[in-house]
Amino acid sequence: MEITARGLWTLIHGMGFGALYLLACSGALVQLTRLYRRDANAPATRGDEIFLTLYLVTMAALAWAAVLTGTYIVYPWYRAVAPPGTANLAGFPQLLLKSSPATTAWHSIGMEWKEHVGWLTPIATTMAAALQIRYGRHLKSHPQLRSAVVCFVLAAFFAAGIAGFFGAMLDKHAPVEGGSLMRLSHGESQ
Amino acid sequence: MNQKVSATIDAHADLPNGSGAAALLAAGIGCFAVALLALAADTLPSVKSLLIFYRPTGPLSGVTTVAVVAWLVCWAVLEQRWRKRTVALGRVSAVALALLALSLLLTFPPIADLF
Repeated sequence: MEITARGLWTLIHGMGFGALYLLACSGALVQLTRLYRRDANAPATRGDEIFLTLYLVTMAALAWAAVLTGTYIVYPWYRAVAPPGTANLAGFPQLLLKSSPATTAWHSIGMEWKEHVGWLTPIATTMAAALQIRYGRHLKSHPQLRSAVVCFVLAAFFAAGIAGFFGAMLDKHAPVEGGSLMRLSHGESQ
Repeated sequence: MNQKVSATIDAHADLPNGSGAAALLAAGIGCFAVALLALAADTLPSVKSLLIFYRPTGPLSGVTTVAVVAWLVCWAVLEQRWRKRTVALGRVSAVALALLALSLLLTFPPIADLF
């Protein structure tokens, strides 16, 4: 069982930071909606407030880690230019996708959308975390503000979902591979 | 105990919404800046080359760096102006959400390609 350095970074970017962010989204949406409802039976406690603050700050950190590793570590390998005359495009995912009409849209729609829309996520999530720090349980007294924050978190979830979906599909059709090989375990020959 | 909790909430009920409005509008502007700069880099070759801050990543490096700087500057300026004020939040959040919706639309390549 082996993995290349580029494959490992792609895994850290997508399955690590990206997937963890997506998993956390539903929890944040539920908490923001439930905790600060005007008709909530019990007022949010200081403990609830601290928990949601840490939760949103962690989500913002995951979102930043996902876009920064994606943009500055994985993306340069994806868009690497092949030397003239290269026949095997396996190490050049963008060129590999563009080489066939059957796969070119994965780049022209998938990657082109993913690389930009993904950046809306850390901006929206950082704003939500900052407002939770500033207002906390007092968001209950500002229902318009709370609703707008929920809309931004929902949009961030949508944007991260698009980035995650296309990331997985792109990696299926033209995986980012190469670099040093790491052996995870030795298999027994049959 | 309950009296104490509700007293705390009441004390903050008049916490100005200016800081929140500043953060919301700045986030809307930041998101829109990502979409607008991506569109500009895609349609104007001169802008595209200007936005290559880090060659391996191409114009995406400039698009995102400029948008993040614009977002943070807007946030700082609006926070400075609004933090002690109560603003018309309905209007501000409508503008912020409209900018967010436009960003989602403009980053979708088939729509961006119309320009």
